[in-house]
Amino acid sequence: MFSRDNWKEIFETIQKNKLRTFLSGFTVALGILIFVVLFGFGNGLINTFQSFFEDDAQNLIFVFPGRTTEPYKGYKSGRQIEFDNSDLVDIEKNFSMFLEYTTPRITRGGLVSYKNESNNYSTRAVAPSHQFAEKTIMMKGRYLNSLDIKNKTKNAIVGRLVEQDLFGEENAMGKYIDIAGSAFKVIGVYQDDGGDDEERRIYIPYTTRQLIEKNTDKVDQLIVAFKPELGYAGALALDRSLNTFIREKKYISPEDQQGIFIRNVAEGLKQSQQFAGVLQLIVAFVAFGTIIAGIIGISNIMVFVVKERTKELGIRKALGATPKSVIGTILLESIFITTVSGFVGMIIGISMLSSFGEKLKDFFITDPYIDMGMAIGATIVLILFGALAGYIPAKRAARIKPIVALRDE
Amino acid sequence: MIEIKNLHKSYKMGSNSLHVLKGINFSVEEGELVAIMGSSGSGKSTLLNILGMLDELDEGSYDLDGVPIKNLNETKAANYRNKFLGFVFQSFNLINYKSAMENVALPLYYQRVGRKERQEKALKYLDQVGLKEWAEHLPSELSGGQKQRVAIARAMAAEPKVLLADEPTGALDSKTSYEVMDLIQKINDQGNTILIVTHEPDIADMCKRIVHLKDGIILEDKKIKQVRASEYV
Repeated sequence: MFSRDNWKEIFETIQKNKLRTFLSGFTVALGILIFVVLFGFGNGLINTFQSFFEDDAQNLIFVFPGRTTEPYKGYKSGRQIEFDNSDLVDIEKNFSMFLEYTTPRITRGGLVSYKNESNNYSTRAVAPSHQFAEKTIMMKGRYLNSLDIKNKTKNAIVGRLVEQDLFGEENAMGKYIDIAGSAFKVIGVYQDDGGDDEERRIYIPYTTRQLIEKNTDKVDQLIVAFKPELGYAGALALDRSLNTFIREKKYISPEDQQGIFIRNVAEGLKQSQQFAGVLQLIVAFVAFGTIIAGIIGISNIMVFVVKERTKELGIRKALGATPKSVIGTILLESIFITTVSGFVGMIIGISMLSSFGEKLKDFFITDPYIDMGMAIGATIVLILFGALAGYIPAKRAARIKPIVALRDE
Repeated sequence: MIEIKNLHKSYKMGSNSLHVLKGINFSVEEGELVAIMGSSGSGKSTLLNILGMLDELDEGSYDLDGVPIKNLNETKAANYRNKFLGFVFQSFNLINYKSAMENVALPLYYQRVGRKERQEKALKYLDQVGLKEWAEHLPSELSGGQKQRVAIARAMAAEPKVLLADEPTGALDSKTSYEVMDLIQKINDQGNTILIVTHEPDIADMCKRIVHLKDGIILEDKKIKQVRASEYV
């Protein structure tokens, strides 16, 4: 069945029936091409989507104070809840085995100036571990460290765009900037993937901020990072017990909706993962549809090919072609065409995807790609179904009596 | 060479059954040139198709060169056709995307003859029918007579025991018909057994024996004095 002579016969037939060859080849190549590109675009969409969430760490719980709306344990309603340093210490003590790190955050806006340049920036007073929570990337110098906290130093870390705004071409490192009346030394410049706003911020030690504000120990919000191995369920449980713990400590009614607010990033992450999953499902569905359409296309062409060749097959049978060789001729021809064009389509698709790269970022498609195994698998499926689609009419054609086939004008 | 006894064949047409051949007894010796004549519907083409193993008989027996032809599966029938029989059709039935030479070589391909030998043989038979210079031409570039000569060369290429021709001149004008008959006579002169189905008396007269069929039975079976086609060419 696979002798050199057979192949020669097949090549000749293919060469001399260019339209037929082109039609079936084109269908398969186009099917695979669209499949690969669609699937790649889907993956690109998911990439973009995930990059939205990569800006910050995903194991965070934010705790904000509020104003109570219910009286509780002798306290009146309408009381403003405030956090202080001891709250963080207590949380760390009680939940140490679930936590990776904690950090306070005190946010203040205000005019920041260097020489003649000035602008309004929000200044965040934080602990060193805030770098991990925000995924701050240092470009120059260093981030805050424990000595800064202990000594309440007047050191500041400025964003890339802050440096650009205030210093222009100058290097900010080691220069002093004025933050709401106090002079801070720039010891580091950072960048952040979260966009321009995130690079227009200034970080200072929270202890320094507290010193400036009349040596208070109050903090705006608490950021608690749990161990990632807790998983989604563990994070929710921690979230609940943290809630109970703080309410107890601050005398807030368990029913009070306004006393404190807890935002758990894990929850949003879960939703985003579900969304990405649905996206992937839709992409898979569309891609699957493309393959089905390709299979139907090649089946149609095979039926047409066999129909068109009925007379020729009748002649061949009259000249001594056995049913096996008739089926073999049709099948090998179709498999050969679908294999070659399938892989051509696949390679064109993959090279198209890799040439896009970042170019389609405006359409929310980043780095579209397709798993090689997936692409080859889809191609093979199409080839197999093309062969199957060819086999059924070929078998029927092989069974037609030559006399009937020859009568068929 | 061919031995047929009590051959019956009927076709089912819906609920009716059409009895086409009603007991044919008929034999052909090696080297004969037989014309099977009859009006349309007489069963002459059916007889030829059964002889050519393109159709199956219902009743009776058929021996070809001493081999009983019955209960053949498709593969066996194909092999016998390839080995024993050469076909010439009214509508030529050349494969239109193959050149004259490739058409002639096709039965040899199914005999698993090597490519080179195939081409040599094909050229040899094309030369015999006088079309060697046309070897590379496609059927669409040939005239009707040339196409039929290519078809005859193709039928001869497999070196069959019997050559079966179904109205070989049916689609040709009389001058071309005589040329084709001249060729057939020459092939017969070399000792080949040939059966021709025709309804043209002048073509039948160029054979050595005429079998008249009517309504599925043999009306008349007589040897005649052959008219040489070359006289008319």
